[in-house]
Amino acid sequence: MELILDGVRKAFWLLVTSDPEVMGITLLSLRVSGLATLVSLIIGVSTGTLVALTRFPGRGLVVSLINTGMGLPPVVVGLFVTILLWRSGPLGFLGMLYTPGAMILAQAVIATPIVMGITLAAMQQLPKKLRLQILALGATRLQLAWILTKEARLPLLAAVMAGFGGVISEVGASIMVGGNIKGYSRVLTTATVMEASRGNFDMAIALGLILLVLAFAVNLVLTRIQQKERPR
Amino acid sequence: MKRFLCGRSLVSAMCVGLVVTAAFCFVAAAGAQAAPAGQRNIILATTTSTQDSGLLDVLIPLFEKKTGYFVKTIAVGSGQAMVMGQKGEADVLLVHSPDAEEKFMAGAYGVNRRLVMHNDFVVVGPATDRAGIKGTRPASAAFKRIAAGQALFMSRGDNSGTDAKEKAIWKAAGIAPEGQKWYQQTGLGMGQTLNVASEKQAYTLADRGTYLALKKRLDLVILVEGDRDLLNIYHVIEVNPAKWPKVNAAGATAFADFMVSPETQGVIRSFGVDKFGSPLFFPDAGKRAEDLGK
Amino acid sequence: MSRPGAIIEGRGLRVTRGGSVIVDVPSFTVEEGEVLSLIGPNGAGKTTLLQTLSYLTKPFEGELFFRGRKVGPECPVLTYRRAIAMVFQEPLLFDSTVFENVASGLKIRGMKRGAIREAVTESLGRFGIAHLSDRSARSLSGGEAQRTSLARAFAIRPDILLLDEPFASLDPRSREPLIEDMQAVVKSTGTTAVLVTHDLLESLRLSDRIAVMDRGRILQTGPPEEVLNAPVDEFVATFVGTGTILKGQVVRNGRDTATLSVSGREIESAGSFPVGSHVILCIRPENITLSVPAATLREDGAPVTSARNVFAGTVTRVTPMGFYQKVGLDCGFPLVSYVTMQSRESLKLARGRSITVSFKATAVHVIKKD
Repeated sequence: MELILDGVRKAFWLLVTSDPEVMGITLLSLRVSGLATLVSLIIGVSTGTLVALTRFPGRGLVVSLINTGMGLPPVVVGLFVTILLWRSGPLGFLGMLYTPGAMILAQAVIATPIVMGITLAAMQQLPKKLRLQILALGATRLQLAWILTKEARLPLLAAVMAGFGGVISEVGASIMVGGNIKGYSRVLTTATVMEASRGNFDMAIALGLILLVLAFAVNLVLTRIQQKERPR
Repeated sequence: MKRFLCGRSLVSAMCVGLVVTAAFCFVAAAGAQAAPAGQRNIILATTTSTQDSGLLDVLIPLFEKKTGYFVKTIAVGSGQAMVMGQKGEADVLLVHSPDAEEKFMAGAYGVNRRLVMHNDFVVVGPATDRAGIKGTRPASAAFKRIAAGQALFMSRGDNSGTDAKEKAIWKAAGIAPEGQKWYQQTGLGMGQTLNVASEKQAYTLADRGTYLALKKRLDLVILVEGDRDLLNIYHVIEVNPAKWPKVNAAGATAFADFMVSPETQGVIRSFGVDKFGSPLFFPDAGKRAEDLGK
Repeated sequence: MSRPGAIIEGRGLRVTRGGSVIVDVPSFTVEEGEVLSLIGPNGAGKTTLLQTLSYLTKPFEGELFFRGRKVGPECPVLTYRRAIAMVFQEPLLFDSTVFENVASGLKIRGMKRGAIREAVTESLGRFGIAHLSDRSARSLSGGEAQRTSLARAFAIRPDILLLDEPFASLDPRSREPLIEDMQAVVKSTGTTAVLVTHDLLESLRLSDRIAVMDRGRILQTGPPEEVLNAPVDEFVATFVGTGTILKGQVVRNGRDTATLSVSGREIESAGSFPVGSHVILCIRPENITLSVPAATLREDGAPVTSARNVFAGTVTRVTPMGFYQKVGLDCGFPLVSYVTMQSRESLKLARGRSITVSFKATAVHVIKKD
């Protein structure tokens, strides 16, 4: 109990003094997970929309693959991304392993099926005739996809929250592909793990609390947008 | 019926998305590397003990400042560190598992193996010392007592240097502890394993540096120490660039040279003195491993 | 190539799904400026034909011409789709304000902001929903929502308006004024419209021409009175509420009339037909007059009437149908008549009541049977 209080005190102190190392770690967390979420949105929303709007052989299989992917274990993703990015691996020429870029890649792989699955579900929830109505209003197929995306914006916001929440709190893949390098690829989760193993529990708790506050703040903002949009 | 929606424009939109994404990843990766560009990166594969003790947090910035290299420290067990070296995924190793290191060198995976420093392992356990091992020497005799008393023992079980050392001691004691009820493997790093041992009031083998760093949080005391078998010897090994052309050989050499330089050796000697009252590591550059502990 | 005056012409339109033919219309024309309705029972293929005309449901076989140009090679599909507007049974509004909804078609066309505002305001005014402009589409009642949907369709000034049962799910209170408003807008703008409905009254009231469909085929196309009074076959006759459909044989031809034998009785009809040929007789219930025998008998015992067909009959059944009463009769052959509530009481219509039944020869529509 005393330990937790120590942690809270430390977290407060770190935030108040805006400790440069902790700030760096926090900003990197936000940047990596934010960009990963953005990437997953670009791929997930477009692919999810495409799968929702089309019928093709093997579609059922694709849909169940996406749904399975929503629960992709981060460490498995980390492992495969590591192997891909090894110097001797197929993407070794990129020299990306142990960089924030690699973390973005791994987190995007984790978040993309989540975004894709929610997009798919959101699109399928829209009335089928809405597509015809939009086309009848003279929309091109691109305009159709855009308008449908706009119509599904509330559930898509949930997709953003789920995707971001999933990756910012993820540790397994980040530590594997990022390496937890000080001042370079150390994010809140990996730093928390390391501080705990060093026995610096107050620091670990403080970092954990900052992570919580961060995740909470981001979700709060998104939820407020979502609730504001709710029908009266 | 809905095949018409599978139009070219939607597909091309998706392709654009993918391209943008890919470009994005590259930019992010390149941007991240911009500061320490190209071959200015060194991947150092090392043991958790060097990171958990905080020694590398002191040494790496010194090295980076001096040489302009950017060091990516990947803290894993000595076993995994050497696997990374074998695959050419690391440029330089700082490890403490002499038998495995010799095999590594025999396989020509590494070049220029140099002694850097040592500290020692200690057998720690609850103050109550149920198996009564306090002061027992050699360490293998203490392990025999633990086995005889079926006292709970926490093993790293992660192929790290510490793990290798522990296995060697069991072997010397003539005991095969794996599968025994009192013998548990955490599969975690040194710090974590000490925490587990402390919680469960179990015995474990730890490097002195990590133990000292965590001591204030642990409910464990040193029971066996000072045995020559318990020496924990760190070597720096450059990964053989002849085997893996992608390896940053110049950077590896620079790092290894730095580690054995008199200045660095001085830093190692004084590291931890202010915090723990005694040094955590003893610099040994230029000595022979056989001469240590004599 | 295409007929002058036709805004849409379809040739060999055919839609098959899962092996069964949903629409099979060899030739179909919508004239410039007319309101054409497609009526028929559920599953007749009305909606599918409408969607085929909208070029939204591919694949279909056949060719579609828009003002003489073949859609696809000569007239780009997008150009064609931008010439039409569509309104469905469900309002299918977007999750934004009424204004944004009505503006959506114009935005899709990349229209300038000022022009959009003008067009939207006009369209909102035409449908009497200017005051709802800033309301969220989700907060609208059913009638308001459908008005918005229609305003959205009209805002783009379509050449052709395609309506798929747009009034079917509205309650009468919002339905009536909306039908009137829409009719006014269609008339004043001269918009060509194709209306799918299963409601005969709605189609009679709104259409210049009616096409009756069943099982994917168009059975008859013509002005409302023609379809109503001269159905081409038994199915159309039944669907347009003919009431009495009898099988008969031509006995002889008079000057303007033909005498037909039905169950041993003779019925006169207008026109002339080959003697001995088998025919179907259709008599609309509103064209049959009932009277009490005693009061109107002439000296020779025949009733006093100008009608050529007068029969003594018995009431078999009286069914209230809301505003009128449906009376089943037996005159040696079955007949159906409609009377008002007042007539029912004054004639004391009840089962078993003897009554005089009369109808004009022109009330009898004859369908030749080959």
